Amino acid sequence: MSVPEGKPSDLLSSYNPGLYFDELFGSMDLPAEHTALIRQRLSGLDFDELRRRAQDVERELYNLGITFIVYSEKDAVDRILPFDIIPRVISAKEWTHLEAGVTQRVTALNLFLHDIYHDQKILKDGIIPRDLVEGNHNFRPQMIGLDVPFNTYIHIMGTDLVRDRFGTFRVLEDNGRVPSGVSYVVENRHMMQRVFPDLVQDIGIRPVDNYGHKLLDAMMEIAPTGVDDPQVVLLSPGTYNSAYFEHIFLAREMGVPLVEGRDLVVENDRVYMKTTNGLAPVHSIYRRLDDAFLDPRAFNPDSLLGVPGILDAYRKGNVALANAIGTGVADDKAVYCYVPRMIKYYLDQEAIIPNVDTRICREPDALQYTLDHLAELVVKPVGEAGGYGITIGPRASKAELDDCRAKLLADPSNYISQPVVDLSVCPTVTDDGIEPRHVDLRPFAITGKNTWVLPGGLSRVALKKGTLIVNSSQGGGSKDTWVLEGGAA
Amino acid sequence: MNLLARYAECIFWMARYMERAENLARILDVHETFSRDTRGATNWFSIVQLNADEKDFFSRYDRPTAESVIHYYMFDAQNSNSLLSMLRIARENARALRPWISTEMWTQINVFHNKLLDMSTKDVASQNLSKVCTWIKEECQTHTGITEGTFYRDQGWYFYQMGKYIERADQTTRLLDIKYHTLLPSPVEVGSTLDVSQWTTVLRSTAGYHAFRRVYPRGMSPTTVAGFMLYNEGFPRSVVMCVRQIDGVLTRLRSRYELRGGAQAMERVDELLSALLSRPIEAVLRQGLHEYLDWTQLQLNLLTTEIAQAFFGKEAPVAVEAQSQ
Repeated sequence: MSVPEGKPSDLLSSYNPGLYFDELFGSMDLPAEHTALIRQRLSGLDFDELRRRAQDVERELYNLGITFIVYSEKDAVDRILPFDIIPRVISAKEWTHLEAGVTQRVTALNLFLHDIYHDQKILKDGIIPRDLVEGNHNFRPQMIGLDVPFNTYIHIMGTDLVRDRFGTFRVLEDNGRVPSGVSYVVENRHMMQRVFPDLVQDIGIRPVDNYGHKLLDAMMEIAPTGVDDPQVVLLSPGTYNSAYFEHIFLAREMGVPLVEGRDLVVENDRVYMKTTNGLAPVHSIYRRLDDAFLDPRAFNPDSLLGVPGILDAYRKGNVALANAIGTGVADDKAVYCYVPRMIKYYLDQEAIIPNVDTRICREPDALQYTLDHLAELVVKPVGEAGGYGITIGPRASKAELDDCRAKLLADPSNYISQPVVDLSVCPTVTDDGIEPRHVDLRPFAITGKNTWVLPGGLSRVALKKGTLIVNSSQGGGSKDTWVLEGGAA
Repeated sequence: MNLLARYAECIFWMARYMERAENLARILDVHETFSRDTRGATNWFSIVQLNADEKDFFSRYDRPTAESVIHYYMFDAQNSNSLLSMLRIARENARALRPWISTEMWTQINVFHNKLLDMSTKDVASQNLSKVCTWIKEECQTHTGITEGTFYRDQGWYFYQMGKYIERADQTTRLLDIKYHTLLPSPVEVGSTLDVSQWTTVLRSTAGYHAFRRVYPRGMSPTTVAGFMLYNEGFPRSVVMCVRQIDGVLTRLRSRYELRGGAQAMERVDELLSALLSRPIEAVLRQGLHEYLDWTQLQLNLLTTEIAQAFFGKEAPVAVEAQSQ
């Protein structure tokens, strides 16, 4: 079916984003002219038709097994990440800005990691409190003095961005350990191209399907020198990991084996994989396993997922790991507050994408402010991921606020606080028609010798009305993210 | 190009379980037909005996009725030999292999498994069983077709073939055993209408009836049918045909891919093949077909163990090592 262009329809006519910045319409001050054609085409669609196509997509995602696993007390269930078919659109100009901002941030974080594992100038100069770094449970003393290729530690970075009600993008969080979600970026695009060829046609959307090549290039670049044709593998915790689909996806896109810890063995500080013909050398590992599980000899001794002795092989330079060990100290929620100062310190630049205003509760003033304004703030534990343990002041009950207050007082350094960011919204298909839902954006950056940013990223959408939490584990879905080519309307 | 030992193992077992599922569907279908005759519902127990599942079966069911046996072999998740379990295992292997196999192969197994999961006991009430078995057979054949058309031809392909043919040989011996083990005709019945119709059903269940007719236009006797299913060189489910395929696959893995392991497995295949070819069917029937089939199954089991040790990185059993030292 093709979309009759310009046919009047009320599909979007009753849509009202309220006070929030809207990704498809923009705002009064910043109207989204670049989405005019897309809005026109969407308006030409009939709601039932839209729903029918949305259902086709969900069935196809399930049949293809593009799923993640949700663990409950009783069993493990395959779930698809709900997919909303109305795209989130980014103009060429906006993207130029975001790309520069993400690149700047990755560069600064890599400089930071190299510094703290070598001369520690930033600590000596008092820019970041020493104990925040050395006392961080993700700081790895094993990395001190170790050189890694191109001084790159974070080869794959996911930067969580949100957009406030003025349309300003801000960094909410850095993910420099094992960020996930990129497989959905690529699969969402495939899905849109299959189900909405009439919407996608001639818009001029930057492609996303070369992510695997870029990742493989970086993995080859960082392989030990002197190896002609390095063997790259992806190390997965296995089929029971909730992100297993992504591991499959990336291994396939790179054309490399997906291995588990039990497939690898270390002999004489060299890593090998077990093949049908005995042991074969491995040179470069994209690991989707946290530091703690990587080597039972060096870290968590109970880990059955890792490879005993791999740290020694790594330290000898016989194998490359991406991301490097010990990057968790750079994406810590407390260290996050210092990233703008880090950018200034290492690059002598202002942060291109600002942080969300953040208070570090380990600082007495900040703690007091947080306690005084608890009902207005978002309080986050620094060590958690996936949206767990967050208290959103304006939406919390009295009991929840009291609980939060008690936790803050008991262990202030475990928390940061931020004002509630009025996340931007995007028209989304719901049971009650097209309604605004909050979205964020996670661009992905790959760094070997240089940094490359995948155009767009993962747009997560909070499907429940009014909720701000977009995490898949908490009822979030995703949207295809379109970065328009330069010169396109 | 290296093949991960674990992948080879998953490929081998994915192939085996898909083949096994197809054969179980065939066996259930055959029994559905047999149980319509004068022997009545007691025949259902023979499937349980055939798979040596008596102990497990009676731990959860009181009596081997049509309903209980069908449920046990279709949906019982605790029974590792049920179709649902087989599909679950095949799917788990396919899931581990998703970086390796085609998306089409994975999707078909995934959808097949999910459909089976959605079925209920009433969908397989005995009047529907034949239809469901046909559907399962067709899904398995679809898998075979997709595999043939999309599986990249490298080492993995040969491990797929190896699994498939070992399983098929094993299953053909089991199908033949149904007729002999449990439907053993009394001397009076040999050559009777019922006896002939049962042999016909066995042949039809392996899709071998028309081919058999072409080869033996006039005679249908236990000797000719058993001989056909064991030794025929053109019948794709005959044991000899399967063992020849295994032989070819092992040879190619060792020559084309220069795999060092597998000498022991090679020897066993050679021995099995010459044993199969050296005894005329009349002698086999005289000395006991059941024992002969049992021995063949044992050889296939030992072969599987040797292949696992040679290529999948499995340790040899401790007892065997201790003996050799």
